[in-house]
Amino acid sequence: MAATAGKRDYSLTGPEGKRAEEKGLVAADWYQTPIPRPQMKELMKRKNGPAIRDTIIWFGGLIILGYLGYLSWGTWWAVPAFLAYGILYATPADSRWHECGHGTAFKTPWMNEVIYQIASFMMLRSATPWRWSHTRHHTDTFIVGRDPEILTERPPVWKVLIMEVVHLYGGPKEIKRFFLHAFGKVDNTENEYIPQSERRKTYWEARIYLLILAALVATCVLTGSFLPAMYLFLPSFYGSIIVILYAMTQHLGLYEDVLDHRLNTRTMYLNPVLRFLYWNMNYHIEHHMYPMVPYHQLPKLHEAMKHDCPKPMPGLFSALKEVYVALRKQRHDPAYVIVKPLPATANPYYWGVSNVPDPKWHTS
Amino acid sequence: MAQTEWIEACEVDDIEEEDVIRFDHGDRTFAIYRTDKGDFYASDGYCTHERFHLSNGLVMGSTIECPKHNGRFDIPTGAAKRAPVCVDLKTYPVKLENGKVYIQI
Repeated sequence: MAATAGKRDYSLTGPEGKRAEEKGLVAADWYQTPIPRPQMKELMKRKNGPAIRDTIIWFGGLIILGYLGYLSWGTWWAVPAFLAYGILYATPADSRWHECGHGTAFKTPWMNEVIYQIASFMMLRSATPWRWSHTRHHTDTFIVGRDPEILTERPPVWKVLIMEVVHLYGGPKEIKRFFLHAFGKVDNTENEYIPQSERRKTYWEARIYLLILAALVATCVLTGSFLPAMYLFLPSFYGSIIVILYAMTQHLGLYEDVLDHRLNTRTMYLNPVLRFLYWNMNYHIEHHMYPMVPYHQLPKLHEAMKHDCPKPMPGLFSALKEVYVALRKQRHDPAYVIVKPLPATANPYYWGVSNVPDPKWHTS
Repeated sequence: MAQTEWIEACEVDDIEEEDVIRFDHGDRTFAIYRTDKGDFYASDGYCTHERFHLSNGLVMGSTIECPKHNGRFDIPTGAAKRAPVCVDLKTYPVKLENGKVYIQI
């Protein structure tokens, strides 16, 4: 069914947030696949071992690739060396930022916090504001007017997705926010989700970020080379390709304004290398439904839940293809969404309070 | 001073070590904890950040983690330990008698 619909306001300061509240979609009770408590307790258990091992591999890989980049600097070999360095810099920084932000990667709290702060800076994300942004994303996943992490609206804004291949949409926006925060301000969107009690920390983090970036600029000037920036600031731009590809698979093309992650989130299978980079966030339905399960337990959680979930996409390419086709359709029909059949063993989809009969946004 | 009373919440054996259960009384809801040391505690049931019940959370030693946003509280004191929780949790006195757990509310 094709339906016509007007363009919606995806901002957090517009009327859609109020509308979502009236429909009972804000901070609502979401569907969860039933899992017996003893099994869930096992799945939730924290360990330091897997994350310490992965962090050593990550930083070890960066040192090796960084050294290759140094040796090849000034030759064409520097291009593949730094491309590999950039991808190994940005992709795990994104997933480590995410998992340590949840506080589940390591058992020891300070380890989560240290890696969270490092990864936040590496991704040019203000640590405290993004913690709150992501908190909201989990409370109101893909609820229009509430979720600050909807990658692109319907119809899609291709410019945003294309610019994000080299982080040129989000990167400059974040740097602008650093300056705003450093002067003791937050923007209107952040004002919606960062509590007053967290503002001071936000401002000081931005000042520290800017000092580090100023030191980096000074080093480049003093050495007469932008090589130092190839290691620290620029990789969050030139290494972002897989970050955006992963991000596109998470929710795009699926439902908005529902209370069931099986309807608005996508799980896909990946090979072990891509799962290492992503820290198993390809099990994205599972993560959203049970965010207290650490990344290293997500494959087991997937096994426990798959009888109740739509069939996962078989790989990154097929997931991206599905997204691309859906976005192409949404260009002309913003109401188009993908509805995936559930296995016979699954509970029915939970659309949410008074949410089904909205013909404008419910179609397939 | 507000009137308080001891209410029978559950049997001691209803809660495993390092676990939490939900207890509803009237229109109020509570979380009853048993820490890794075997001590019992009680608090309001819902997280102070958003309305998610802590009985679905994870007990680690004497800390409870909210199942929705991973905010943490110190179980004995109710102190907020990790964002996004910023407000302490209200706790209630607990006593054990004849194999039963009572909370004073």
